[in-house]
Amino acid sequence: MTPPPDAAPPGLDRRAVVARLVRDRGALLVVSSLGAATYDLAAAGDHPRNFYLWGGMGGAMAMGLGLALAQPSVPVLVLAGDGEALMGLGSFATIAVQRPANLSVVILDNRLYGETGSQHSHTAWGVDLAAIAAGCGVSETATVDDDAGLDRLAARIVRSGNGPCVTVVRIGGEEMPRCLPVRDGAWLKARLRASLDLGPL
Amino acid sequence: MQSDDSGPGPAWPADIHDVLRGFDVTQVAYVPDGGHAELIRRAHDDAAMRAIPLTTEEEGVALLAGAWLGGARGVLLMQSSGVGNCVNMLSLVRTCRMPFLALVTMRGEWGEFNPWQVPMGAATEGAFALMQIRTMRADTPDAVRPTVAAAAQMAYLAEIPVAVLLSQRLIGAKVFVK
Repeated sequence: MTPPPDAAPPGLDRRAVVARLVRDRGALLVVSSLGAATYDLAAAGDHPRNFYLWGGMGGAMAMGLGLALAQPSVPVLVLAGDGEALMGLGSFATIAVQRPANLSVVILDNRLYGETGSQHSHTAWGVDLAAIAAGCGVSETATVDDDAGLDRLAARIVRSGNGPCVTVVRIGGEEMPRCLPVRDGAWLKARLRASLDLGPL
Repeated sequence: MQSDDSGPGPAWPADIHDVLRGFDVTQVAYVPDGGHAELIRRAHDDAAMRAIPLTTEEEGVALLAGAWLGGARGVLLMQSSGVGNCVNMLSLVRTCRMPFLALVTMRGEWGEFNPWQVPMGAATEGAFALMQIRTMRADTPDAVRPTVAAAAQMAYLAEIPVAVLLSQRLIGAKVFVK
C-alpha cells in the first residue's frame, strides 16, 4: 500500500492550538490521551484539573464521558490524538447516546502516529473522524484549520451546548520537544478529585 | 432476603439492584447479556442511575475511571466473553488505584451449548488474575446479594478492584435447541 500523497500537509501549530484552548479555561476539566496530546497539555502549563493519560489507549473519550456524567455542571474536554480516536471509535456512539452537554472532544489530527516513528494513521488516507462522530449521532461536529475556528472552539469548550461536540483540528506533522508531566496516575487522580472538593479514602 | 417487585423471574437481579442503590452507584455501564437483562432493565428504569450501553467492555473500564475522577461510583456489567477485551485498559485501574466493580455473567461452564463460549469462559478468572483483579463467585441465588455487597464494599471503600462472577448454573444455560 502506498503512502498517501498528502499525508502530512501543513496545519496549525499543535502547541499553539492547545495553549489557546486552555488559555481561558475557568473550571474546565481536561483528559489528554497518551503521547503528544499529553505533552501538549503539559506544555500549556500544569493544572490540577488536567488528567494526563500515559496509557489506556482508546479509553480517553470514554473516560471523559464518565467524568462529564459525574460532573454535569462542569465543562469537560477530552484532548485526543487521531490514533487515540481511531482506537476508541465506539466511544463516539456511546457519547452520542448519552448526550452529555458538558463534554467536548478535540482531536488533534496530524495524520501520523508521531510517538512511534511517524507512521501514517488512517486519517492520512482520508478517514474523517468528524464525519464518523456525526454518523454516530453527535449533533455538533466540526473541522477546524484556522485561527478563527480555533477561537470559536476555545469559547465553545468552556460552556455547555445542547449536547456533546466533537471537533477535528488539523495540525501540522512537526514533532515537538517532549514535555513530560507527572505520570503517577494515583496522584493525578487525587489531585483532580481534590480540585472538585472530593477527598481521598 | 428477597426483594419486592421481583416479577416472574428470579429475585437476584433485584437484589443486585438494591445493593447498587445502597452504595449510591449512579453509572451502570453494560455490554448486554441475557443474564443481566433484568438488571439492565431496572437500571434504565431507575431515575437515580444512568444506564450506559457500551460498544465494547474496555470502554466501560475507562468510563468508570472517569466517573470516579468526578466522584461518581459506577459498575460494569458484562458477560465472560468480554473480559479479555478489558485487559490492557485495566492498567488504568491498577496504575491510578481506581475503584472497579464488574459483575460478570458466566458462559461456557455449565450446560453450555455453544463451544465458542468455552475458551474465554474457562480463561475468565485467569484474565482478571493477569491484571491482579480479585474475583469472587456467586453460584446460588442466595449468594448473590452478600457477594455483590462484599465486592462493592471492597471496591468503593477500599479501592480494591473486584469482579463478581455470576455462575452459569445460577443464570441457567441458554437454550438454542431442545
